[in-house]
Amino acid sequence: MKVLSFFLIFFLFLPLSSLKGDDSGIQNKITKNLRCLVCQGQSIYDSDSEFANSLKILVDKKIDEGLTEAQIYEYFENKYGEWILYDPKLNKNTYILWLMPLLIFLLGGAIILGKLKKKQN
Amino acid sequence: MKNKLLPFSFVVVFGVIFYVFYKGLKDSSIYTPDLRVNNDIPVFNSKNFHSGKSVESSSIFELDKMYLLNIWSSWCVPCRQEHPLLMSLNSRTNIKIIGMNYKDNLKNAEEFLKELGNPYKDIFIDLDGTIAIEWGAYGVPESFLIYNNKIIKKYIGPLNEVSVNEMELLIK
Repeated sequence: MKVLSFFLIFFLFLPLSSLKGDDSGIQNKITKNLRCLVCQGQSIYDSDSEFANSLKILVDKKIDEGLTEAQIYEYFENKYGEWILYDPKLNKNTYILWLMPLLIFLLGGAIILGKLKKKQN
Repeated sequence: MKNKLLPFSFVVVFGVIFYVFYKGLKDSSIYTPDLRVNNDIPVFNSKNFHSGKSVESSSIFELDKMYLLNIWSSWCVPCRQEHPLLMSLNSRTNIKIIGMNYKDNLKNAEEFLKELGNPYKDIFIDLDGTIAIEWGAYGVPESFLIYNNKIIKKYIGPLNEVSVNEMELLIK
């Protein structure tokens, strides 16, 4: 009986504790992906500036309001522009950034293929 | 053919990289945020500075009137510099200046106003800085020119003679 009640209590509290851990996890993830606009090369998570501290509070509030991660990013992008996001989208300013690794990969692959073919011949 | 293609693609790739970096040399390394203007003002709830009663944004800003929202704090040195300009703007024009007291100690803020004068028609409090974020502000001091519940101009940092003159032209 004791074992049963122990497990009952354990499983009763299990979802609650995991939910809490998940919340702070998403808060950290979001603040790590937001740039501190008044600092030099720091994320909101890393910074202790007035701006960053206020933003952390607001991220918490938005999570409590039930906004998803994507909605929170969109909210801050509307306020401060795309610069606040550490993960830039593909557009005319960032296409080199996104396509360069692919280009280099293809070029490298072509070189290796060429060398292999040469060896076979 | 193959022997020629490889050096050619190398030249093209390095040419592109060179062009990007060369262009980057001429760009300013200082990031200037694009000022999001013509945006609707945010909806928020706050407390009145003098009475401590809760206020809604809709009760502060009316349609068809020009407002200047000024974010200030008693601990902010540049706010002290721009304060005389706000005082003269208030006395010379009919613009309504609204203050947002940012992360401040109320006693210090009251003393600040006693010492330098109060140009504000209304002041509300932003204790944790979140209302300033709703406005898209970076810190103190910052000012927003508002007409018909839209932000028509944003001034980051302390106001100066040039920005005040520009404001006066816009008011007319």
